[in-house]
Amino acid sequence: MTAETRPLRPAHPLESWEPAFAALTREVAAQGGDLVLEPAPQARATDLRLDPAGPARPAVAAALGAGLPTHPNTWTATDDGEIVWLGPDEWLVTSRYARPDAAEPALRPLVAGHGGAAVDVTGQRVALRLRGRLARELLALGCALDLHPSAFPGGHCAQTLLGQAGVLLLALGDGDDYLIHVRSSFAGYLAEWLLDAATEFRGAAPAAGT
Amino acid sequence: MQLIDCPWCGPREELEFHYGGQAHVSYPPDPQALTDEQWGHFVFFRDNPKGPFPERWVHGAGCRRWFNAVRDTRTHEFLAVYPIGAARPGVPGGDA
Repeated sequence: MTAETRPLRPAHPLESWEPAFAALTREVAAQGGDLVLEPAPQARATDLRLDPAGPARPAVAAALGAGLPTHPNTWTATDDGEIVWLGPDEWLVTSRYARPDAAEPALRPLVAGHGGAAVDVTGQRVALRLRGRLARELLALGCALDLHPSAFPGGHCAQTLLGQAGVLLLALGDGDDYLIHVRSSFAGYLAEWLLDAATEFRGAAPAAGT
Repeated sequence: MQLIDCPWCGPREELEFHYGGQAHVSYPPDPQALTDEQWGHFVFFRDNPKGPFPERWVHGAGCRRWFNAVRDTRTHEFLAVYPIGAARPGVPGGDA
């Protein structure tokens, strides 16, 4: 048996869903709607725990290039990612360009001496991006939160339930652009749920093969 | 569905929360000194009032933080929400 050599490349866990996502966008557009569902690039993620009133905070903010959001359920942008509020002493730091082995070691020395922790959680979540005019309407079918821009504007985030899956929802724009972080093992379920929930936006023809 | 007011996240659906039993049950300062009966009381015996009851709840699907709440066991209405470690607030109509 001859060994086939293929170049290794990073694959998104939901890559195999992309044709189904593209078909959704196409069929919704044919109905005059606007809905784009796509896998978001896998970012390096670090779970950061630290005392919000402690001495480590300025150094962390300097290292990340942005302050840690203090207001519950908000996120701030950094050069290549986000800092997301997860709890009063917990944040999720994402970075699209950090080396796989760099994010955690960069933060850990800053917080370790002050009772904090930085743990790499890159494999924990999978990200999906949902945008377009119908995005909010689609989310409303499975999420109890008020996602109207007056209550959930850009810069807000929420850990909540979408369908039966726990998600971390980030508002990138005002009401039409969302990033959905979901636990890896729930990613397939959520992709299936979103496609199913979007059936009503596709028009009369039943969706084949999804 | 009832909304529960998480001290961090604000009002969220009841489905996102889990119940944690009676609040303000503190660990005995010197467990060795207790008789078996006293220890049994600490481990197994809880109040079961008809009316306002201070309880622990956790926002499991959200910020995963524990907090205390006073709930009316007759109506399942949440009367007050307050942080772990704080004293039980006076509740209108309650017996606190």
